[in-house]
Amino acid sequence: MSMLEAAGVHVRFGDRVVLESVDLAVAEGEFHGVMGPNGAGKTTFFNVLTGRVKPSRGKVRLGGEDVTGLSPHRIAAKGIARSFQIMTLFDEFSARDNVMMGLPEFRARGLDVVHAVAGDRRFAEQASEALAAVGLVEKGDVRAKDLSYGDRRALEIAVALAQAPRVLCLDEPTSGLGSDGVQRLAALIARLKGKLTIVAIEHDMEFLFSLADRISVIHWGQVVARGTPHELQQNDWVRRSNLGKFA
Amino acid sequence: MMVGSKSSSEASRLVTPTMLVLWLVLATVPLWITRIGLYPYLGIEILIWSLYALAFNLVLGTAGLPSFGHGAYFGIGAYAFGLCQFDIVANLWICLVAAALAAGLAGALVALFISHRRGIYYAFMTIAFGQIFWTLAIKSHRITGGEDGLLKIKRLPADFGLVSFDLTDNVAFYYFVLAAFAVGVAALWRLVHSPYGRVVAAMRQSETRAAHLGYNVWLYKASIFALSAAVSGFAGGLFAMAQLAAFPDVMSLHQSGYVVMMTLVGGGLVSFWGPVIGVFLFLTARDVIGALTNAWMLYFGLLFIAIVLFRPEGIAGAISAALQQHSLNALRQRGTSAMRLLVGGGR
Repeated sequence: MSMLEAAGVHVRFGDRVVLESVDLAVAEGEFHGVMGPNGAGKTTFFNVLTGRVKPSRGKVRLGGEDVTGLSPHRIAAKGIARSFQIMTLFDEFSARDNVMMGLPEFRARGLDVVHAVAGDRRFAEQASEALAAVGLVEKGDVRAKDLSYGDRRALEIAVALAQAPRVLCLDEPTSGLGSDGVQRLAALIARLKGKLTIVAIEHDMEFLFSLADRISVIHWGQVVARGTPHELQQNDWVRRSNLGKFA
Repeated sequence: MMVGSKSSSEASRLVTPTMLVLWLVLATVPLWITRIGLYPYLGIEILIWSLYALAFNLVLGTAGLPSFGHGAYFGIGAYAFGLCQFDIVANLWICLVAAALAAGLAGALVALFISHRRGIYYAFMTIAFGQIFWTLAIKSHRITGGEDGLLKIKRLPADFGLVSFDLTDNVAFYYFVLAAFAVGVAALWRLVHSPYGRVVAAMRQSETRAAHLGYNVWLYKASIFALSAAVSGFAGGLFAMAQLAAFPDVMSLHQSGYVVMMTLVGGGLVSFWGPVIGVFLFLTARDVIGALTNAWMLYFGLLFIAIVLFRPEGIAGAISAALQQHSLNALRQRGTSAMRLLVGGGR
């Protein structure tokens, strides 16, 4: 059974079809890349997986459970964490507090109006662990908005990791990163591979082809090719398209 | 530094030396207020409006939700207090709870309709509902007394079982309101610094991020609005006692704007105490400048414009920036002295 499965996902905005019968099956521990040109429907597909967009047709299953059309907070609580193409952090909060907000234990106490946050060391310790995983532990007290671009990208991943997700969806995680940042991220993903199910939209083909177990190519709202990086390199469509020069 | 945005590792303390001095000043108000040409009732008004503004700031400052019809809940609390003592039971505690409950329920009802909105649509909906409640208060003459107001509300005694305090005198009532204010402040402070308060403050920064972390944004928006309305209603109950009546004017759009001005001028967007500073300034200006000219609101309006233009973080923000600058200068001074010592030692 797949950890994450999308079957016949169809999305239309008015008279415009954005996704047309997209299928995806990601096994537990797999790193699945999603690539395709701008406007292909990749982010919309992510939005369907994470509850931001309700599909017109089709099903999304997480660990076999139907999560189609559930609201983002329900899907997040069930174990799908995501990062955003345009970084979305709590800018006024420190890096540690951003991560703390992602902890399932903190979420469980979200309606607690009695106890002080500052008095609970467990949250700070758990948040520090997630920050350490992305190399940000020493910047835990820095406000998110004061972090460098690369550190903010890393923080987004730390927040997602703090959620203890079953599936991690990364929307263009290398976007805007310098070569050092990309290398750091690649090292992090390599460490997570096998332990976490990851789906990543990515334009950096070198990054994707070196790390992904399988890749789906979305174009015109459809999956036009799918396979291992090696298989995609042999795929006629990919070879003929612009994407082929990267593969 | 936004409301509720401090690092959780910084133990955000309610009791600090500065606060102790301020509480001491508040506790001695009846002893000196007449000597400076003012009167104890002003102190009562400042405390009640401060509690109301702090409650309002849960919505505006902590949650970042623009509510421009909050006077409705202050007014509902005032009417509920009066109606409770006339029609249910003349007990101070029960009537204050009724004031908070009635306003909280009205807030919850409104929250059901507006919590899926944001920005300008949210603001307009709060105005629309505020106007509905205000109109109901004016038109329901048989219940509320209409534009004449609900008169003859009594300051019920504070009955503690073994001992009971008469609150008819302004000084006694001032101390009662001060106690209620202290309890209210402690509760609101704790709420803002609780996990719930953190989630609400996070939601202000990004509803999208909060939702994708598993927080039901609608529920938090609705509940903080209802809570804010309930505390506003509690303050309204105290206001009814203070005025010995409840009038619809506090529910008008015009007067709902006052609490927004007070909160923004004081610096509610950046500080828990901002609304209190704003209320103090507004009501003192009303009485002090108002004694000199009827156009006191013109001057307060100019101050409001100046603050929005030059210090959008309000007076609390300006104070905070000045203190930070002072600490920075002190640090630089110490650094220079240490440098001199080092250089001197090297010779």
